[in-house]
Amino acid sequence: MGMLRAIFSHPSGRIGGTIVLIYVVVAVLGLFDLTPHNPLQQYRIDRLHAPSIVYWMGTDLFGRDVASRLMKGVGQSFLVGVSAVALATIAGTILGLTAAWFGRLWDGLVMRIMDVLLAFPAILLALLIIAIAGPGTWTSVAAIAIVYTPIFTRVVRGPALSIKSREFVDAARTFGSSKSYILTRHLLLNLVAPLTVQVTLALAWSLLTEAGLSFLGLGTQPPASSLGLMLADSRNLMETAPWLLIFPAIAIMISILGFNLLGDALRDILDPKTRSRTA
Amino acid sequence: MSYLARRLLTFPLVMLGVSILVFFAIRMIPGDAITAMLGTEAGLLTPAQRESLAAYFGIDQPILIQYWKWLIGVFQGNLGISVIHGKPVLSIILERFPLTLQLALMSMVVALAVGLPAGVFAATRNEKASDLIVRVLAMIGQSTPNFVVGLLIIYALSAGFGILPTMGEFTPFLTDPLRNLGQMILPAITLGFAFAASVTRISRSAMLDVLSDDYVRTARSKGVPKRSVIWRHALPNALIPVVTLSGVEFGYLLGGAVLVEQIYALPGLGRLVLEAILQRDYALVQGCVLFIAFNFLVVNLLVDLLYVTLDPRIRLGEGG
Repeated sequence: MGMLRAIFSHPSGRIGGTIVLIYVVVAVLGLFDLTPHNPLQQYRIDRLHAPSIVYWMGTDLFGRDVASRLMKGVGQSFLVGVSAVALATIAGTILGLTAAWFGRLWDGLVMRIMDVLLAFPAILLALLIIAIAGPGTWTSVAAIAIVYTPIFTRVVRGPALSIKSREFVDAARTFGSSKSYILTRHLLLNLVAPLTVQVTLALAWSLLTEAGLSFLGLGTQPPASSLGLMLADSRNLMETAPWLLIFPAIAIMISILGFNLLGDALRDILDPKTRSRTA
Repeated sequence: MSYLARRLLTFPLVMLGVSILVFFAIRMIPGDAITAMLGTEAGLLTPAQRESLAAYFGIDQPILIQYWKWLIGVFQGNLGISVIHGKPVLSIILERFPLTLQLALMSMVVALAVGLPAGVFAATRNEKASDLIVRVLAMIGQSTPNFVVGLLIIYALSAGFGILPTMGEFTPFLTDPLRNLGQMILPAITLGFAFAASVTRISRSAMLDVLSDDYVRTARSKGVPKRSVIWRHALPNALIPVVTLSGVEFGYLLGGAVLVEQIYALPGLGRLVLEAILQRDYALVQGCVLFIAFNFLVVNLLVDLLYVTLDPRIRLGEGG
């Protein structure tokens, strides 16, 4: 509760938190098909219908309801984004913690592999992975997770190295605590703050990457809905049916903005040294 | 060991790692290499033809020998032959690279021309309404994917003025500079949009730090005009993080312009990678990815060198 209060009393946190909350609600509704219309149903008589009471955001070339497809797309992006960031967080935390704890050869090996992965611009590495595994939703999840794992590894390893040499860890060792106990209770718990900030910011990046991959036709595949895919479809129709472009564009912008604002607020709250410098 | 020596030493090691990753990643593609190269036409080959092709491409040899031969080839500038284009991969890359380089440079100019003054302006009006507006705009800019910016620009132009950006045949700068700039300005603005927002945020933050330094206070108390304090005393020192950010972003732009090149139908390196993936031209994918990663690493190394040169206080030898 204390954290929620802190977020909602921070200006960026208030706006970001509200956007993220609305985004999550829309995503959950979309994922459970609680949409105004069936997102795949083609109302052929109402093709390219402008926004109205029946079709809040109009219809597309096939007569499908844009609002329903947008909700489904938000759900899809959320699913991909959250799954990818969860995988990257778990992999990065394990690799970073073990690299810091065991040091020497393992640390060197892990960090050099991470250096290699960081040598690729994010979208390029994702494209390379998709070239191997073929386009699709779960390939996108794997690609985005692999792209962001090195960042989590670095975020965890740095502080873990400094915490490892602190007195309370020495004390735990002296008392005979097991390695796994020290790693999970002492190191990991002290890394919750930087990880929380990183997860929020990584969610913004992963939404961006997912939308980009789908836009290129390498992420979510039709007839499933995705914001990137909706934007790609809108390209040839933007003059006659601008709602096909505007609503998904706004949805992508606002969702990324929400996570960015929330991430900034969390950074301020959890690391007061950066306050008023980064906004 | 000093930070610079460590960076210079790790560069070839990371590059070697990149080459291993790229080589073996491409070989992880399901199916054999000949089917991957020829697609459905591979089904028409007799076993003897298949064997002779495997011998021709050297894929009948153990994988480590294949890697070694490929690596030697890379050092000699031989990145293989593109199946789709029927030309050496390196020559195709070098044909496309100038466009991507020009696009990255123009985007950087756009980003610095907009972001730097905006950041300085916001910092000098800290916590006032105008600062807040710049910060909000920068945050929105940073949260807008470049392909969304591109589509909105195209829509605004077509709906508002009835014009569409020039697409189709691309004119190189040396052939017709004016026509080239006409074709490149909108993609550069598109790509520079989020970059400008990042520059705004980082220059504002750096200026705020510098403006609270003692030497700035001293200059002010000596009666130096405000404009001179900001532009001559404070800004040069606030530029270090901006230079670093610009360098890193430039590296990303060299490899990450896929989406913008796709939207504006520009035949650059990013679009080449995408086409190679979609057409399953793996020699080309491999060559492009290696080339882009190499550029990215070189740019990052140069940024680090520049960083140390710009700020002699930075001595990152101890664990930095």
